[in-house]
Amino acid sequence: MKTIPVETTINGDSAEFLCHADESLLDVLRDRLGLTGAKEGCGTGDCGACSVMLNGRVVCSCLVLGVEAQGAEVETIEGMANGEELHPLQRIFLEEAALQCGVCTPGILVAAKALLEKNPDPTDTELRYWLAGNLCRCTGYDKIIKAVQTAAAEMRSA
Amino acid sequence: MRYVKPQSFEAAATLLHEEAGIARILAGGTDVLVQLKAEMVEPDLMVDLKHLPGMREIVAEDGGFRVGAAVSGAEMGEHAALKAMWPGVVEGVELIGSSQVQSRATMAGNLCTGSPAGDSVPAMVTAGAVARVQGPDGVRDVPVVDIPTGPGKNSLAKGEFITSILLPARPDTASDAYLRFIPRTEMDIAVSSAAVSLELDSDGVVTAAHVAVGAVAPTVLLVQDAGVALVGSKLDDAAIAGLVAAVEAACNPITDKRGTIEFRTKTAGVLAKRAAHIAYARAGGQA
Repeated sequence: MKTIPVETTINGDSAEFLCHADESLLDVLRDRLGLTGAKEGCGTGDCGACSVMLNGRVVCSCLVLGVEAQGAEVETIEGMANGEELHPLQRIFLEEAALQCGVCTPGILVAAKALLEKNPDPTDTELRYWLAGNLCRCTGYDKIIKAVQTAAAEMRSA
Repeated sequence: MRYVKPQSFEAAATLLHEEAGIARILAGGTDVLVQLKAEMVEPDLMVDLKHLPGMREIVAEDGGFRVGAAVSGAEMGEHAALKAMWPGVVEGVELIGSSQVQSRATMAGNLCTGSPAGDSVPAMVTAGAVARVQGPDGVRDVPVVDIPTGPGKNSLAKGEFITSILLPARPDTASDAYLRFIPRTEMDIAVSSAAVSLELDSDGVVTAAHVAVGAVAPTVLLVQDAGVALVGSKLDDAAIAGLVAAVEAACNPITDKRGTIEFRTKTAGVLAKRAAHIAYARAGGQA
């Protein structure tokens, strides 16, 4: 199968890649661009481990074709920290141990950041509904919800 | 698989019509890319239509709203005027999937995928929504209720696709509501569902009513008798009893892992009753 050239923007930098028509954006990120932060959990849009931002909205990158990134703005977990300085969500997830195995964590961080940009002061209920598409089989979610709320409070006061 | 972004709706229809192999349309991709991944279908041609004019727009038209076929659920939920006019339609759309799925999933896709449990379909049906269909021979307008024909099936011919859905104008003293039953709190498929759209006169008497139920038959059903039972009432007990009886009589569900025939039939009636009361209150009615 022939490959298709795609020009896109990833974490603010212009990027070019070649991919097959049926290749997911997740596979492109991981296998062609070396951005392995987004994980493949289910591959069918149920688990959210592959969450990235596409034109300002959180999506499952397994349910986006690589070719759809043409001309788009993609943001991944690799772009969340500012150089060596972690985003408050990343730092507080570590400080409050809001993860165990960590496979769901990049997707949860991307999705939580998307919510806080829309709604800086969510209720726990709003947060739990927003993150309903990010499955975690380790934590039982409570530590995740608490860490996001701690980060949200810090970001509001910043 | 070839991936094509046609330059016009006409070109897309011709391309789809002339394709000898398996063709699929890409809008939100939340069904078709899952099918691809599961190898349920191996398309020869994938036609992306999102970039074409109007596909990503919600525009006012004749007092209602025309929603482009690639408008996502999240975009509908953020449109205050659309939500104010058709709250039941928007709440149905917003129940589909996760935040991630809401960023991509579309009302037109939910309709064409043909699931009897599609959450956006019952309220579209009670709203009298009309799909604009582009085909190789031109454009036609089709009532939404006539699009699904059975699980996974729709009435569109080869080369045809929906470009937009019109949610028509309605009076201020009218509203709608959608409810579904799921055993979880989110991210689930309806065991049964119901939508009700009502118009009231200045005394709060129902002058027009439409009721549709989901997941209780091979397609979403418009239950004419259930609407008739509400007309002329202020949703008194007798009218509600008539609504529930008509809904239960119309149900023709299956028993599966999500629910039995008896459970689906019973809950469809209860959901229709509750949705009617919500729509009535939203329309400004005082019981």
